[in-house]
Amino acid sequence: MITTDILIIGAGPTGLFTVFEAGLLKLKCHIIDALPQPGGQLAELYPKKPIYDIPGYPEVLAGELVDNLMDQIKPFEPGFTLGERAENIEKLEDGSFIVTTNEGTKHHAKVVAIAGGLGSFEPRKPPIKNISKFENKGVSYMVKNPESYRNKDVVIAGGGDSALDWSIFLADVASNVTLVHRRNEFRGALESVDKVKELKDAGKIKLITPAEIVDIHGNGHLDSVLIRKNNNPDEDFELHTDHFIPLFGLSPKLGPIADWGLEIEKNAIKVDNTLDYQTNIPGIYAIGDVNTYPGKLKLILCGFHEATLMCQSAYQRIHPDKRYVMKYTTVGGVTGFDGSKKEAPKAVVKAID
Amino acid sequence: MSLDVNIKIIDREGQPHEVAAPTDMGMNLMEVVRSFELVPEGTIGICGGMAMCASCQCYIISDTPLPEMEMDEEAMLAEAFYVKDNSRLGCQIPITPDLEGLEVEMAPEEL
Repeated sequence: MITTDILIIGAGPTGLFTVFEAGLLKLKCHIIDALPQPGGQLAELYPKKPIYDIPGYPEVLAGELVDNLMDQIKPFEPGFTLGERAENIEKLEDGSFIVTTNEGTKHHAKVVAIAGGLGSFEPRKPPIKNISKFENKGVSYMVKNPESYRNKDVVIAGGGDSALDWSIFLADVASNVTLVHRRNEFRGALESVDKVKELKDAGKIKLITPAEIVDIHGNGHLDSVLIRKNNNPDEDFELHTDHFIPLFGLSPKLGPIADWGLEIEKNAIKVDNTLDYQTNIPGIYAIGDVNTYPGKLKLILCGFHEATLMCQSAYQRIHPDKRYVMKYTTVGGVTGFDGSKKEAPKAVVKAID
Repeated sequence: MSLDVNIKIIDREGQPHEVAAPTDMGMNLMEVVRSFELVPEGTIGICGGMAMCASCQCYIISDTPLPEMEMDEEAMLAEAFYVKDNSRLGCQIPITPDLEGLEVEMAPEEL
């Protein structure tokens, strides 16, 4: 069991900055995120895009902002549970919470801060009739264990990096790899595109373009896919396969958090913006893009502000008997849990003769 | 002279809406749909307008001249679902006086 003061769900900019504000109040944080790396959308969707409205930064790349935040919170030694999705929450009698991930990792915290952005990133599922019936029975949306495809027939759909890279990788593992894409052009690293062409010429990957999977068949387990070439039903043909892996990238979904008993409006969590961004469940806060209130703006800078006020409220909840006044970092400096201390240099007092 | 153009937008339920969209606000078609709340908030413009999701996909019904597709949009539509020959991403269509009389239908939401 992982124990912490504030459990943060979501490692985007708002979640990361929460660690800093909590750290100033000597509160420890642990972060859960479904993605394998911190940064949320900034790292996953647009690391190379410049952002122009972070106060004090005329221009900063999204990826750089994440790196800076990670650097800024390092002294406060946050824990991370990455690549796992927060699934269940249980409120204990003493008002604390246990949050369990889809992998079964348990986290015990006095306060929960949902900084979930647009939700957790889930594979995009193509709208093929019956596809859900074959999930884990031949259809999977990610490659977890490449060995399970050894000497099997595999069909991969998609035109981005993951479709290209897994086609290349599985060409050496599976007995047949067929890559189906709607266009003749692929968008991915140039070397991956070249490699796929090379493997195609060598007969190791079968390429079918422009085409898409329009139906899937099987009796219990997947047996074949129906491929439509050139968007023309007259060219439809059936292809036997043991596995079908649609790789169309990720898209954010609110997911299990929607079932936690929180008040949801417009796909976001309603919070009290007059005070501390607390949800309808005392002790659970929602900050950043995941929350909504009158006049809400989904901006990183607003998330930072919300995180700051939320931490003050969390402090009072965790230490109801302690008195506290906010201290400027220019005055108090930053004392990390790792023993590091940053502070303003002392002014020199010296007489001029 | 009016700074608005008249656009007809058919929502995901098939309901048509005639809207006057401003040409002087630097808006795009996705933002117009959001500002009139023609589809539920949270189901459109998820990536914020970077052509990185297809939540603002629409079908162009009129023969209104539109700006050419750029690489980003083309690549996203190659991965999107429910794509037709007349699919475009609303976020990549800036509102200009040329759009007078444009008719579009919102594509279904990806689930």
